[in-house]
Amino acid sequence: MRPVVVAGVGMIPFERRDEDSLMDMLATAGLNAMDDAGLGDRPIDSVYVGNMASGLFNHQVSVASALVDRLSLLPAAADRVENGPASGGSAIKNGFLAVASGFNDVVLVVGGEKMREVIGPKATDIVACMTHPQAEYIYGVTLPAMAGMFARLYMEKYGVTREHLSMVAIKNQTNGLLNPYAHIQMKITMEGILSHPQSHINSPVVADPIHLYDCCPVSDGAAAVLLTTEEIANKLKKPLVTIDGIGQATDTHTLQERSDPTDLKAVTLASEQAFKMAGIKPKDIDVAELHDAFTILEIAESEHAGFFPKGEGAKALERGETQIGGKLPINPSGGLKARGHPVGATGVAQVVELVWQLRGEAGERQVKGAANGFSLNFGGFGNNVLAFVLRRKS
Amino acid sequence: MDMEVEGYLRPPEMDLPPYPPKVVTLATGGKLIIRQASRADVPILLEAVRPTMKVERDFYDIVGARVYAELLGWYRHRVRDEFCLMGQIDGLLVGVVNTRLYSRELGISLHTLATERGLRIGAHLFAAKMEYSFEYIGQEEVLITAESPIGFRRWMIEYELIEREGQHELGGATPYGLTKELYYKHKDRLVAGERPVPEELLAVAEKEIIVASEDDILEKILGAKRRER
Repeated sequence: MRPVVVAGVGMIPFERRDEDSLMDMLATAGLNAMDDAGLGDRPIDSVYVGNMASGLFNHQVSVASALVDRLSLLPAAADRVENGPASGGSAIKNGFLAVASGFNDVVLVVGGEKMREVIGPKATDIVACMTHPQAEYIYGVTLPAMAGMFARLYMEKYGVTREHLSMVAIKNQTNGLLNPYAHIQMKITMEGILSHPQSHINSPVVADPIHLYDCCPVSDGAAAVLLTTEEIANKLKKPLVTIDGIGQATDTHTLQERSDPTDLKAVTLASEQAFKMAGIKPKDIDVAELHDAFTILEIAESEHAGFFPKGEGAKALERGETQIGGKLPINPSGGLKARGHPVGATGVAQVVELVWQLRGEAGERQVKGAANGFSLNFGGFGNNVLAFVLRRKS
Repeated sequence: MDMEVEGYLRPPEMDLPPYPPKVVTLATGGKLIIRQASRADVPILLEAVRPTMKVERDFYDIVGARVYAELLGWYRHRVRDEFCLMGQIDGLLVGVVNTRLYSRELGISLHTLATERGLRIGAHLFAAKMEYSFEYIGQEEVLITAESPIGFRRWMIEYELIEREGQHELGGATPYGLTKELYYKHKDRLVAGERPVPEELLAVAEKEIIVASEDDILEKILGAKRRER
C-alpha cells in the first residue's frame, strides 16, 4: 500500500445552523479542506461522504452525487458511506484505501449531518434506528438508555463515580472554550452540575446515572479531509501528516448478547489493529480524540484502546493526565461533548483535529510537541468501531 | 393628563404579596438572582427587551414585541394586575417573566424572555413565576400558551400541562393549564432557588440593573459568537 497523506483539512463551526442546508455545510467544509491543501487545479478523483441519516433528518439522499456537482468536481466518483455514528470514520477508511491501493491519487472525504432540522426527541429516535429493531428499539431503547445501563455496570465493576463522569464533562467543555468550532462554549463547574443540592435541576437525569451534562449536544456540522499520495503532498505547502494506521472491528448488534457488556471488544480490536499497522504502541501517542458521546465512553474507551489498564481511566482523569498539558491529552477539541456530534461528521472532525494538532495549528488548545495522534470513532453502541493513528512526518 | 378620564382608563389593581428574592446556582456555578421588578424598573427592562424584537430565531421577535408592550402597558397603567420577575447575574439582567392575574384564583402566564441562553435561565424564571402564583399569591391554576417550540417543550411537556377549553389571552394555540397539584408534583424537579439571598449578592443585584449592549444581547440570543445575524 502507498502511504496516504492528509494534505488538507476543513470544518465549519458545529452548532445549530438553521440557515444552512446539509449540502451548504458539506460543500463549505469540502471547500475549506481543498483551500487548506492548496491543490490548485489538480482534479479530485473521488469523493466519499460520511452521513448517517440525511434521508430521515433532511429528506435527502444520494448526497455524495449532489455534492460533487455542487462543488463542480464532475466527473469525480462519488459515494455516500453510512455506518451510524462511525460514518465519518468509515468514509475516511474508504478514501484511505482508494489512495493507498493506487486506485485514486486525490480523494476528498466529507462528513456531515444536519440534525437540528428536527426536534430533540425526534433526533434521538432517528439515532435509535441503529439499535436492533425487534430486540431493542421496540422496547424504547435509545442510545442514552444504553449509555445509562453501560455506565451503571461500569461504575459497579470499576468504581467509576458520577464525579468522574462530571470531570470528563468539565474538562471537555473547558477545552471547547479554546475551540472556535465547538458547539458548546460554556465553562461548567462541579457545583453547578453535580455537588450543589439543586444541581439536578440544571443537569436532570436522562437515563440514570447519565445526566444532561453527561451527554453530547445534538448539532449540525461538517468536516472534511483531502487525502493524497506523498508524491503529490510533497509539492504542497503543508507539513506532512500521514494516516499510518487504521483498524476496524465489530461486535454484536444487541448489547444483551455480549458476555460482558462492559467489555468494548470492538474498541480493543480496532485500536490494536491501528497500532500494529502504524508500528507504534499506545504509549507513543501524544494526543487522542475519543468518541465521548456520553462521558462514560471517554473513560471506557481510554482503557479499551490501551492507554490505561481497565479501571484506571478514571484515576488517570483524576490525576489530570488527560487534560491539555497532561501525560495524554484526550479530546483537546472539546470532544463530542463540547464540539458537538453531528453524527456523520464526527469521525472526520476527529481526524481534522488531530491534523491541526500534529501540524501545530491548534491555537490555544495546542498539545505541545504532538507528533503521534489517535482517534476513535464509535458506531452503534460499540458494534462498529474505527481507530486511526496519524503521524507527523516533517 | 386629564386625571378624570385617566381614572376611567386606569384599571384597579389587587394588592399582591411581595415575592422574596432567591438565588439559583447555575451549571456554570454562577449565581442567578431572581427578584420582583417594580414599575419603576420598567424603563430599564425595556432597554433589554428592545433588541430582541429584531431576532426572528425561536420567535424572539414576537415574544420580545409582546413583552415590550406588556411591560409598557403595566408601566403606564394599561394592564391590570400584572407582575414581573427578573433574573440577574452579577447585576446583569439576563431575563424577565411576567404574568397577569385574571382573578385571585386564575393566573394568565404571559411571557418568558431570556437574553442569556444555554443555562436554563428561562426555565428557572418560568418556574419562579409559577412559584409566585401558587405559593405566594395562592392561585389555583395558571393558563399557559407558547409561541416557540422551545417554550412548548419547556412548559407543556416538562410540567405535563393539561389542555384547556377556550382561548388564552394571547390567542394563538390551545391554552394549557398548570394546576396547583401539577405544580407541586413537579416542584422538586423543576423549581430551584435558595432563600435568603446572601446580602452581598442581593446588594449587587439591587444596586443596578445592568443591561448588556444590543450587540451582546443579539450575540447571546443567536448562539455562537461567530454567527452572522
